[in-house]
Amino acid sequence: MTLFGTRIPMMTSLIFWLLVWEIVGQLELMFLIPPVTSIIAAGIDLVQTGSWQSASMITLRSFVYGMALSIVVGVPLGVLMGRVKVIDNICGLWVNMFVSAPLSALVPILMILFGLGETTVFVTVFLFAVWIIVLDARAGVMQVPTSLVEMGRSYGASRWTIFTKIILLSALPEILAGIRIGLIRGVKGVVIGQILVSVIGYGELFELYSRNFDMERFWALTMLLFVVAMLLSAGVEHFEKRIEYYAGAR
Amino acid sequence: MANPALARSSAGVTAVTSNDPVVQVCDVCKNYRDVEALRGINLEFERGKLTTLLGPSGCGKTTLLKIIAGLVPATSGEIRVNGRAVTGPGPERAFVFQDFALMPWATVLRNVAFGLELKGVVSAERNRIARRYIEQVGLAGFEEKYPHELSGGMRQRVGIARAFAVNADVLLLDEPFSAVDEQNRRKFQEDLLRLVEQEKKTFIFVTHSIEEAVYVSDRIVLLSPRPGRISQVIDPMIDRSASPDDIRRDAGYLDVVEEIWQGLRQYAE
Repeated sequence: MTLFGTRIPMMTSLIFWLLVWEIVGQLELMFLIPPVTSIIAAGIDLVQTGSWQSASMITLRSFVYGMALSIVVGVPLGVLMGRVKVIDNICGLWVNMFVSAPLSALVPILMILFGLGETTVFVTVFLFAVWIIVLDARAGVMQVPTSLVEMGRSYGASRWTIFTKIILLSALPEILAGIRIGLIRGVKGVVIGQILVSVIGYGELFELYSRNFDMERFWALTMLLFVVAMLLSAGVEHFEKRIEYYAGAR
Repeated sequence: MANPALARSSAGVTAVTSNDPVVQVCDVCKNYRDVEALRGINLEFERGKLTTLLGPSGCGKTTLLKIIAGLVPATSGEIRVNGRAVTGPGPERAFVFQDFALMPWATVLRNVAFGLELKGVVSAERNRIARRYIEQVGLAGFEEKYPHELSGGMRQRVGIARAFAVNADVLLLDEPFSAVDEQNRRKFQEDLLRLVEQEKKTFIFVTHSIEEAVYVSDRIVLLSPRPGRISQVIDPMIDRSASPDDIRRDAGYLDVVEEIWQGLRQYAE
């Protein structure tokens, strides 16, 4: 970006707002906004505590299990929906409904079903992530060029070979895009799930800090989560770019 | 028929026979629901010759080619290849697609070798064969490139090399040069003639370009639109020993082009 002819470094906006935050914080206008420097100090302090480390382990575990199940269920279901009309008719409506539904509203029901524990959070992650993975896998499979399938047939490929060597590979960019969006939704799922359950993981910490008006730690934890979500998304995006050469080329 | 270049030309033909047919189309009809695409097609394709299916868009020429390929079932009638009726694709026929149909995730080498890969030919052997045909179509040095790194013309060369690599008797080409620019198109047509000469295979070629058809074909089958029927069969009898530029200026060549245009004119608005 350039302003009045001079190039402005990428992080300028971020640094500017952090500076404003720091000034507001130092003026002690609101207890809600402590200075950035003390938030960072609190953050460094926080990651060394046992409570943060065990909360992170619980969070990570729910997230990884939830995502793994979303991918294991979502990709095959999406591929099936894209290939088999009957399954598409049966599941299509539900998937489309859940992908846009406010799933946070379901978490209280999940708590009744699965108790106030990790299982609820794990199911929340799954419910947040799985639908978009299904839809993207379905879209990817459906837009495989007809001529590519005909090519496979004319050179003697069996139906199974066409499926594994042409359809799946052709749909891979969309499947990966679905997984990336699913991961981001999964992060939301794990945080919202834990906050609503509020007795485990980060939810417990958030509850504790906000009840005690420990804003430094509250903000430190929030910022950590922001950074982790961004890094996760950037990581998958990097992986996607490596295979994008063919997604863009068809 | 005053034109000496037209050895055989007749209007309203329904059956064409030849001495050594490799592909026979027997009374083929094709309906898509209530749309009649092809009606009563009888054709024979002579071994080692290039036959063009020519006609305005919507005349069913691509449908007929796909029926011969076994990709589309005929509503009635039969396709015989080397005397045997066929119902699906087979190794004696190879298809070249209008939109190339290359796998974007695979290199040129893997794309060309794909037909052999599906046949279960071992990797070293199929790569050796693929390299030979990549060189023949003039793509040597591009083996490790991906399709999107090639121009349209080069991509179709990959498609043609893939069809040659499986060593089929019959090559089916569906408007292979329609997505290629004009300069490359001419070069392509010349290369195609060289390959027809070299490979001694039967070519069935679909195009809507009259000049292209006359330039490359031993025989041209004109189809009329909806429902597609054979309206005329023309053997251009072009002397191919002349240079490409001379052929394109040759009076016989131009007369055949004119003849076909007169035949097709009634369908153009």
